[in-house]
Amino acid sequence: MSKITRRKFLAGSAAGGAAMMLTPAKKAFASGSFEGFPDGMGVLVDLTRCVGCRTCEAACNKEQGLPAPDLPFDDYSVFDEIHHGNQKRRPTDRAYTVVNRYEPEGADKPLYRKIQCNHCNEPACLTSCFVNAYTKTPEGAVIYNSHVCVGCRNCMIACPFHVPAYTYHSAINPVIKKCIFCYYTRLKEGKPPACVESCPQQVMTFGKRKDLMKIARERIAKNPDKYIDHIYGEKEVGGTGWFYISNAPFEEAGFDIHLPKKPIIDNVKDFLAIVPIVLTVWPALFTGFHLLATKGKSHGHGDDHSHDEQEGH
Amino acid sequence: MKKLATYGVKPHDATLKSDGEKWSLMEKLLLGLTLDQYIGQVIRNKFNWLLAVIFAVGIPVIIYRFIFSLGAVTHANYDYPWGLFLGFGLFCMVPLSASGFMLGTTVEIFGRHDFEPIERLALLNGLLGYFFAVVYLLVDLGQPWRLSYPMVYSWGPAAVLFLVGWHVATYLSVQVAEVSTAFFEWIGFQRGYDFIRKGTVGLTVSGIILSTLHQGALGALFVYAPGKVHPLWYSAPFQWIHFFTSSIPAGLCMVICVSTVVIYTMKWRCDDRFIDNLDRITISLAKGAAMGLITYLIVKIIAVAHDNEWAYLATGWGYWWLLEILGFVVAPLIILSYGIHHKLVGIIRFGAFLTVAGILLNRLNTALITFNWQLYQEIPHKYEIIISITIFALYVTTYRFILNRLPILYQFKSKADE
Repeated sequence: MSKITRRKFLAGSAAGGAAMMLTPAKKAFASGSFEGFPDGMGVLVDLTRCVGCRTCEAACNKEQGLPAPDLPFDDYSVFDEIHHGNQKRRPTDRAYTVVNRYEPEGADKPLYRKIQCNHCNEPACLTSCFVNAYTKTPEGAVIYNSHVCVGCRNCMIACPFHVPAYTYHSAINPVIKKCIFCYYTRLKEGKPPACVESCPQQVMTFGKRKDLMKIARERIAKNPDKYIDHIYGEKEVGGTGWFYISNAPFEEAGFDIHLPKKPIIDNVKDFLAIVPIVLTVWPALFTGFHLLATKGKSHGHGDDHSHDEQEGH
Repeated sequence: MKKLATYGVKPHDATLKSDGEKWSLMEKLLLGLTLDQYIGQVIRNKFNWLLAVIFAVGIPVIIYRFIFSLGAVTHANYDYPWGLFLGFGLFCMVPLSASGFMLGTTVEIFGRHDFEPIERLALLNGLLGYFFAVVYLLVDLGQPWRLSYPMVYSWGPAAVLFLVGWHVATYLSVQVAEVSTAFFEWIGFQRGYDFIRKGTVGLTVSGIILSTLHQGALGALFVYAPGKVHPLWYSAPFQWIHFFTSSIPAGLCMVICVSTVVIYTMKWRCDDRFIDNLDRITISLAKGAAMGLITYLIVKIIAVAHDNEWAYLATGWGYWWLLEILGFVVAPLIILSYGIHHKLVGIIRFGAFLTVAGILLNRLNTALITFNWQLYQEIPHKYEIIISITIFALYVTTYRFILNRLPILYQFKSKADE
């Protein structure tokens, strides 16, 4: 009897061990707090300067070789577009950046906001990707390798800014499409992205993120009556490479002001922490239960005919 | 089959025929009937007609999806990257298939051999549920032919989905092994049967580990989306516990539901052991499900208290949440308890169906209905609905095909009766 018991115990432990080996330990990837690469580049977007000319949209389209839009870039009726009942435009697989118009209460002129990937310090898309298709480069861009993408679209679920889009209409090679900070053609060589360079109003300032943060603070300090005392993207979801200052409350320019200050992955750490515990404790626990529950009882299985006669001893 | 039985036709249920000869594979596949008899009973069954209609419409739509892309059968919505295929197919099918590890644990780990008559049904329910969850996934993935990438080519081990992928794949093989004993009996491969049987405890324990983690991980997937999932359905520390604890009543009640359907529509295939024990087992399963439900209910309430979300209860979404909790957790809990106390199997079965409906509602609420609650609602494309129904019909067909043949509902005899 004890022999069988021990063998079963070993079998249980071995299977548990096998299950452990099959599940590579969670990388201590998100442990500690990562606040971005020290020399990571970023862009400061000053909403007060934007006039909604859409030059940046056109520049992006050209730089990234995107298909021609349905309406030309000098057609401003796009600002009146409403999708799904109440939604303004968002980045798609054919437009990595879009400018939307907002009318804050009590303001004498409309506010324009450019939307693109914010290139988070600790991107949710990256941490949710099960094939590691995303990379946060030391230069500050969040880029994506379409050759390994399986198309689960978890990154689209995870992105707090609703940025990644998917080429749903490709049957053979559907992939994620999003702003990549002009990484391959410009950022890698230290040049600003096409949209920044094209802007006639100098809405966007390109530079090292930490330097830009100082500039943003200075601008707010110099004009406390003009600016809202908040840099959107300084702390949101752990900090973003692109961040905004505005003269109107951010929620009135369509920003989600309820986002957590910590990276999205922090929410998931509670779960990731229990994984190794279950993997190591469960085999012993349940094999132990088995021994306790079946001690002194027959180890035969009713559906195993060879043991039928031994039942009840 | 009922009609044939009145003529004295008996289905295949033993290693050897009554005259001592072996069954051929063809005879086994035809359930021991002649070809004419078999085709006759297939056509007489009205349910087969319904399935035929579903396949006639749905299979071409599935082919259409693979030729003309996902965008052709869905709304191609960037804000709702996961639609019905995952919302229903993955997030609902997986908890309803928790039965395999639940009953495996009960019988093999805790030595409760009184549950044995239903163990194989529960294991099969688990295997098929997972298998078809993967089928839904294959339809939903943009590039399903790259499914093996996270396993062999490009690892993203910090992602929850990585864990789900690995665990579902590993657990599927564990379940194949667990169910294979029935197949080996049927095909007559005694050595394979003995080999698997020796490793049962190990297989079952790995089943528990993998199930705990991936049932929870499905919940943890939504933890990536704070602000998108409504706060009442979102809880960073408790989400995985919600999904895990609710999978327990889900799996157990699914077995009650399936056994109910089986006893009313396939009684000819059940042997006396199954029929005589079913009422007793149903009551016992309901006890487990009721305990699972009360645990789930308490953790749900703790989560609301923990994040201090009481204020949301007075909103429209709050009423919807209360409906889910009162109508599909508290109500089945009361119904099941009443049924258990008074030993009323009919009441228990009703409670079980309600519990399953509640799990469906909860998962759809999390994945689709309350998702993007601050943006807008998305109604799935009609082709998306058709494909989902078609895959479910495939699941039912496969389920029935196996139940008809393998010794799941009956014990294999060494020799057929005269």
